[in-house]
Amino acid sequence: MNWFSSQYWQQRDMEHMIGKWLRAGVFLSATVALLGGILYLQQVHEIPDYKTFHGAAAQFRHLPGILHGVAAFDGASIIQLAVVLLIATPILRIAFSVLAFAIEKDKRYVIISLIVLCIILFGMFSGLGG
Amino acid sequence: MSLALFTLILLLGAFCAGMLGALTGLGGGVVLIPLITLGFGYDIRYAIGTSLIASIATSSGAAAAYIKEGITNIRIGMFLEIATTSGAIIGAAVAILIPTHFVAMLFGLVLLFSAVMTLRKQEEHIAVNSPFAAKLKMGGTYPSKQGMVSYGVRNVFGGYLIMTLAGILSGILGIGSGAVKVVAMDIMMRVPFKVSTTTSNFMVGVTTAAGAVVYLQRGYIQPGLALPAIIGVLLGAMAGSKILMNAQVKWLRILFSIIIGLMAFEMIYNGITHKL
Repeated sequence: MNWFSSQYWQQRDMEHMIGKWLRAGVFLSATVALLGGILYLQQVHEIPDYKTFHGAAAQFRHLPGILHGVAAFDGASIIQLAVVLLIATPILRIAFSVLAFAIEKDKRYVIISLIVLCIILFGMFSGLGG
Repeated sequence: MSLALFTLILLLGAFCAGMLGALTGLGGGVVLIPLITLGFGYDIRYAIGTSLIASIATSSGAAAAYIKEGITNIRIGMFLEIATTSGAIIGAAVAILIPTHFVAMLFGLVLLFSAVMTLRKQEEHIAVNSPFAAKLKMGGTYPSKQGMVSYGVRNVFGGYLIMTLAGILSGILGIGSGAVKVVAMDIMMRVPFKVSTTTSNFMVGVTTAAGAVVYLQRGYIQPGLALPAIIGVLLGAMAGSKILMNAQVKWLRILFSIIIGLMAFEMIYNGITHKL
């Protein structure tokens, strides 16, 4: 089976693939959140102070810090990994659409998808979050 | 209160948020933000971070079902995502300059608007694309009880401008701004009701993800709040999308708009008195 032939995509219908992708991503995220949550509820007992804003701890704000915590089986870090997976799902959906429209030879929508992807990547790497 | 009980309450709140989000296309934030700020008295910035996560989960969880039914118009969604994502980044950038009590008031106004929009009459749709919409192959068909219905799209530029505003609000408030998206699609572009609701829901994921990457770096997303949000909203969205497919949801819309209308006044009041 050739995954990149146009027949394959017409048969399989790219819209269904996008739907399945979104569902898989969100289920993966929820599973990771559940595992992290079980650990979290064992490791933490007091409700953290959310009444005044200090911001989440620095290690929960960036992927390297989150992965470091995941390696140490820190429940909160595993939940943040689920957050990252959840955010990544629609972003990767856009990347996937670029490919799917290219296979359909729909140039206008390849460009449109690429613009959306660039805007999101700009938000990620522009340092707006500080 | 123990942490386990606290997490359970938030889980139930997130379930309702996900279900109503999927039913109305409004996203999960309209329920979660008032629950966290008014209910628990927590900082609105944590509520915004949590709501963003919930909105992505609602959108992605429900979208799969709608796409399968062939209701969602992916081309319209994709094109208008240029407007919503650029708006969301602008919103996230300016949000840091806006005092939180003003954010609360703005949120209340958007809620109020959402309540009114939920009760509106459905617009008649048109059969033929405008020339620009035809170039972008925007019209389509969707299944109904009377068989496949085909529709056209007009006024893409006006829709695009309103979508940019929806994106900015989404970036500032951490919500999907589904109600504003529906104005752009239903009223401006004359996309049929079911198509615009589901396409709006589909777009919410990308729009809020664009804002969420900024807010994660800013520390708005707390793991203790994200945990119940992700799981609760996902389960709620799945339940909601099943109901939308099979049932008459008119009574639910009316009930929902009354509830969010009341919450809107409460948010505005708390904003004016600087309690939030």
